[in-house]
Formats: sequence, structure tokens, C-alpha cells
Amino acid sequence: MATTLPSVDVVTVGVGWTGGIIAAECTKAGLKVVGLERGQKRGTEDFLNVHDEYRYAIRYDLMQNLSKETISFRNDRKMKALPMRQLGSFLLGEGLGGSGTHWNGQTYRFLPYDFKIKTMTDERYGANKLGPDYLLQDWGLTYDQLEPYFDKFEKTTGISGEDKNPFSGKRTNPFPTPPMKKTPMLVQFEKAAKNLKLSPYMVPSANLSEAYQNPDGETINACQYCGFCERFGCEYGAKTSAEITVVPTALKTGKFDLRFNSNVVEILKQGNKVTGVKYLDTISGEEFIQPANVIVLTSYVFNNAKLLMVSNIGQQYDPATGKGTLGRNYCYQILPGAAGFFDEQYNTFMGAGSLGMTIDDFNGDNFDHSELNFIHGGNIALTQTGTRPIGSNPTLPDTPTWGPEFKKQSIHYYTRSFGVGAQGASMPYKENYLSLDSVYKDAYGLPLVQLTYNFTDQDRALHKFISARAADIMKEMGAKTVVPSGEIKDYNIVPYQTTHNTGGTVMSLTPEDGVVNNYLQHWDVENLFAVSAGNFPHNSGYNPTGTLGALAYRCAEGIIKYSKSGGSLV
Amino acid sequence: MSSDNNNNNNNNNNISRRNFLKTTGIAAGTLVGGGLIGGLVGYNLNGNIGTSTLDHAQNGVTNEATGSPKAKMFFMNNRDFSILSNATERIFPEDDLGPGAIGLDVPYFIDHQLAGQYGSNSKEYMQGPFAEGAPTQGYQSRLTRAEIFKQGIQKIEAEAQSRFKKGFNDLEGAQMDEILTAFQKDEVKMTGVTSSFFFTLLRAATLEGAYSDPMYGGNRNMEGWRMKGFPGHQMAYITQIEDAKFKKIEPNSLGNH
Repeated sequence: MATTLPSVDVVTVGVGWTGGIIAAECTKAGLKVVGLERGQKRGTEDFLNVHDEYRYAIRYDLMQNLSKETISFRNDRKMKALPMRQLGSFLLGEGLGGSGTHWNGQTYRFLPYDFKIKTMTDERYGANKLGPDYLLQDWGLTYDQLEPYFDKFEKTTGISGEDKNPFSGKRTNPFPTPPMKKTPMLVQFEKAAKNLKLSPYMVPSANLSEAYQNPDGETINACQYCGFCERFGCEYGAKTSAEITVVPTALKTGKFDLRFNSNVVEILKQGNKVTGVKYLDTISGEEFIQPANVIVLTSYVFNNAKLLMVSNIGQQYDPATGKGTLGRNYCYQILPGAAGFFDEQYNTFMGAGSLGMTIDDFNGDNFDHSELNFIHGGNIALTQTGTRPIGSNPTLPDTPTWGPEFKKQSIHYYTRSFGVGAQGASMPYKENYLSLDSVYKDAYGLPLVQLTYNFTDQDRALHKFISARAADIMKEMGAKTVVPSGEIKDYNIVPYQTTHNTGGTVMSLTPEDGVVNNYLQHWDVENLFAVSAGNFPHNSGYNPTGTLGALAYRCAEGIIKYSKSGGSLV
Repeated sequence: MSSDNNNNNNNNNNISRRNFLKTTGIAAGTLVGGGLIGGLVGYNLNGNIGTSTLDHAQNGVTNEATGSPKAKMFFMNNRDFSILSNATERIFPEDDLGPGAIGLDVPYFIDHQLAGQYGSNSKEYMQGPFAEGAPTQGYQSRLTRAEIFKQGIQKIEAEAQSRFKKGFNDLEGAQMDEILTAFQKDEVKMTGVTSSFFFTLLRAATLEGAYSDPMYGGNRNMEGWRMKGFPGHQMAYITQIEDAKFKKIEPNSLGNH
């Protein structure tokens, strides 16, 4: 029997970047907020021994415990979906800060093109460039509308960068802090890119170039370039995360009640409104009902979709009929690139998650696709994130994977090789979607989310083209041996690729095209909001957190507005 | 960067018969090279493992100081432990660059890991039903890693007996390689798991033991890091990050933190 608690203004399901932003903004506006976090408290003081590749990068200490909950996966509808039993392709977060604790901090704004991708593609290439099986749509919000929120997120996070990207949307303000230090590898990339008439610029970084105080009064320290960002927490408080910014801001108001070990299992609904959430205290086993005037789903892509599905809110997408919006437009990213092997040694073990240079010349619609059988592209970057010895054993092609020659080469090239890689955009396809699994259940008895996904012809063409461009740059950089990525075939959930999953709870201009409106307010249920990268109708050629942070600020504004006047915000 | 830059390289390295033969050809030369610096430590073909004579005192750091207890938490007899040891040494052999898996105490690292959370898959989804999936669907075994290693070691021994009428620990290096390659190429029948999956685990665990912080019992005296030029735990590179010159930095472990 669940215990019903006193009602509050707002409850957030999950406390990472989006839950933290909602909590900070709503409590500052005077609302009482409860944040339900299924994981534990953690922060800077817990990361003193974080320079431990085995514990954090290999055995995933900061990530989701899959024994409790995972997803199931199949490449297509004919296959039997099976559980993802170990982490691999992407790394789900758990605990305060979510996956924003173990991120690299590369913080881009999506291109103006991304928000109007359908209109602009049709205008430039005709109505049927990709064919009818690709579910391209405009986002229901333009870049210019989102610009103030981008600005706000960058100011909260103190992003270090330089305004030298000719393809960027208009910025009202410069980056809050200067770009990071330029290492010899980055200088080499910059020179090669310029020789090729491309436009290199420093990756916008949440590993700050200098100590910074944000508008909420929170301090983020200066990055020490220790080489442990991705998969790790920062012991210096120099990698911006929710725990060192928006969460303390919310707590300081005295209006934020943050509860750990609280796993939400259902959204409760009465008529056309939601009334609260049911959650389990995972330590005591007790069930609670937390009533609230507004419910905000602020967990990761998969869990946001899952909670709507298990609570029967919205219409599940069916690829056979094309009907339904929930679970549609799931996208991932494609990772073209080229590896380079050099004679000289580099300090590859030094670095930071966002230490890099990049180009957008082959991203978005910044180049002509008339003669190409794909749209969009990807940012091509050299990032010096700090290469670690277990995970990095580079060898020349056709080298055995073990034995004396493997050992010799993997040691030799550890400091003599690196990659130029792209984050290739991913377009929505009718057969790629999320639904509920009919066989496998989580530790709480709920069905797992089922992912049906494979790479499409668009992805394969994009991958081939961009890999060749990455190889051009690597060649120009003077690598002795350049190895472009081989062609991609079927999506494989085993090797790590990227944690940039998107879609499933898409935002849209009309209720027919998505789950939420452009305030991330549910189309059918006005006091329910869902904010995550699941809102993206497609995935761009960038890291998603910058755009996600902007949407969270937009959502917070919507919630505050709704709390005063009610009704639909659009 | 969201991707491991080197994944692409590794993915291209599917071993071919030709390359395998090339490797074993080099193996003989390696034995000679290894002999130049430290004797045939790790190539103890009598299976008498665990009595490494490598003198670490020359580095001013003893094994005890870096914390590497030589006791078995998982393996219950010396033969099985020696099979594991010899197999890891073939994967990561001693050469003129430095110690191999045995010299780095990799077998003890793996033993300790199998006795704990890694061995019992406590952070993995292990609920049934179990079904054989497509390769793109990954781990679908009902077995834990501890069970896979246990069975794998037994199968290695059985394979040695059936091919060479000898125990694995009594084989020549090239014969050991032949058996490991059969596992890698899925030519050995195992129950509840493929032999190639076991080999993948064994290879990964060997590299983990060679390069993880010494507090886990491998990477003895940080020699794995020293060979590779990885400085381990360093507080900051902020004053060196812009320098063009390669920095040779004496490694540091978390135990000294």
C-alpha cells in the first residue's frame, strides 16, 4: 500500500542536467519542487580517486546498474529482441547529475538548419531527396527562438570557446570564457584544415579554461588537463555538471526537496491531467505517491519514453501503419573517421574531454548535397581527451590482435597515433523506434524499453563520404599511415559508439507530429512535461547537451508560465 | 569525443590465418629477445608459475610496496592457474620492451576479479529467458564470467590433450598459440557460450591486468604503464599540455595518492 505524501507544485523524475535546470528555475520563481533521483548523491568530493581507468572507464562505476534495468534490442522487426545485458554501445547514467556527470563537456548549439530541416531540404533539393521512409520534420521552434535559451545554458555552464565558426547561428553574446589551450596536436589539425580551405575552431568546452562564477553565483574551477573526463567525474569541480551548478542553486532556495534512491514506476493520471507519480524507495522497499500540480519527466531518453508507455499516456507508434507518435523518430549517431599513425611521439595521455578543434564545413547543409545520396553531415574534430592504456591499443591494419607483434605495435603507437573523427547526423527512419518489450522485465516488474534500430542507406552514404574527408585532413596533417574507417553494415550494440541517443518523445509544431509541443508540454496532458534528447526529431552532427540544455530552460519557462495561467502554452 | 578513436583500428584487425602464422613466426625470436633482459620469466614451460625471479629491486620499488598479494581467491589448483597464466602470456608476452602477462601478475589480477563483482556479473542484466542472439545483440549467455573462465580453462586443457596428448602447460609456445587461435576462431565447442566469446574475455582481461592501477594486483610495479609511456595518476598537465616535446613522466599509482 503506497503512502501518499503532501502535494507540491512540481515533481521532476530524475535529477541530471534537465531535472537540475527545471528545479533551479522553478524554485527561483517560488515554486516548491521535489526531485526524485533513483540513484545516489555524489559530487566533487567523491572523485578524489577518479584517475582509475579500470574502475570507471572499463567497469563503468558511474553508470546505470543493468541488473536493475536495461533495454532490449533488435535490428529489425523480424528479429527477436534480446536484452542488452552489458553496457557497450552507449553508457546510461545513474545517480545525481545523471550521464551529465561522466560527459566530456563538448557543448554545441545545433545549426539553424537543424530546426527547419524538412523545409530547407525540400527547398534546396526537391520534395523527395531521401524518399518517403525517412520521417524528416521541422522542430516546431526555430534557432532564433531558441537562441536566448542557448545563451542562458552557456552562461550557467560557463562554456569556453571562440566565435570563429562561420556556419554557426547568430550569437547574441560571446562565449563566457576563452577557449582552452591549444596543444601541438590541435595546432597541427588547425594548420591542415586551413591548408584544405576549411574553417577550424576550438570545440566549445564545459571543461573551463579559467575559473568562472555563473549568474546563479556558482563557481566552476579551471580545468587541469588531467586526461580523465569521459566516463569520469571531475575532482576539481572544473567540468561543469548539474551537481556543481543548478542543483546547489535549487537547494539554496530552500524550496527544493531532493530525494535519492527514489525510482519512479508510474505516472498517475485522472481525466486529462496527471495527478502525481508513484515511486519506490529502493532502500526500504516502501512505495510512495507524490502528488504534484506539474510533473516533469527529466530522465534519459529511454526512461522518459518508458514512463509514458507504461502509464498509457499518448499513442504508441506503429511502424506498420505509421500511426502514433510515442517511440517514433529514434535516432543515434554515425561515427565516420580516420586514424593516423605517426613517427613522432605525442603526449596523448594528457587532455580533457572537450579539448579539441573542429570544422563544420561538412556538417548540416553547409555543403552541396545535390550530387550526394544523403543529407546533413557531421562536425569533424580532433579531440585530445586523454588516451588511456587499457582502452587504447592502436595497431596498423592487418596486425594480429594478440601476441608479440600486437604488444610491440600497441605500445609503440600508443603515443604515436590518434584519430580525426566525426559525429555523423542521424535521420529518422520509419523502422527505427522505441516500444515496450513483451518478454523482458526490469527489477520492478515493468517491461523493458525495446529498441528496434539499424543503420540506413543514408547513414552508410554519410559515413563513407565523411570518413574520406577525415582521411583528407589526416593526410594533410602528415600521418605516415592513414586508415579511414571501414564501411558500416548493421548497427551492433556491443562496441562503444556514442551515448547520443535521441527521439522517442519528439517535439513538434502540431499534435499529429510529436509527443510534446515546443515548451516540451505534452500535447494530450497539459500539466505533464517531458524534456530529454528524446525531444529531438532527428539527431544532428554535434554533441546534444548544448541543445538539450537550451530546451530545458525553455521547458522551465513553460512550467512557470503554466503554473500561473494553466492551459496549453501554444 | 564520444567515440574511442582506436575502436576503428581494432575493428579492422580481424585476425587472418596468414597473420597468425606470421605472428607465431616472430614468437620464437621474441623468446631470444626476452632472454637478453630478464631470463625466460613467464616462459616457464614446466608450468611452474608463481615463482617469478624478476628482480624489481633494481627499480627501487618492491612488489610488496605496490601491493600485489600473490594468493588465489578464485582458482583452486595450480594446474588451472598455470593454464590461465600461460594463456595470458601468449597474448601479452615478455619481450625486449619488458615483462609479459606473468611478469605483470596479470593472472593474479584475473583471479581476484573473477572472485568479485566482475566474476559474478552483479551489474549485468542476467534475467532469463536466455536465447542465442545475433552477433549484434551481444552477451546472451546465462553463464557468469567466473563460470565462463572455469569452463574455458578446462576446455583449453582438453584441447591440448586431444591435439597433442599433453597438458597445456607442457606444450611449446607455438602449440599453445594454435589452441588459443582455435578458441578465437570459434573452432572449439563450449556449453552456453562460444569459444570466441571466451577468448575475447580472456584477451580483454589480460590487457586490463597489464594496464590497470597496481592496486588491483596486476601491472606489477607499474611496468605495464612504463612500457607504454602512460604516467598513471598525475594531478595535472596544465603546465605541459602546450609543449611540443614528448614528456617522459615516471608513472604514479593511486596507492601513492
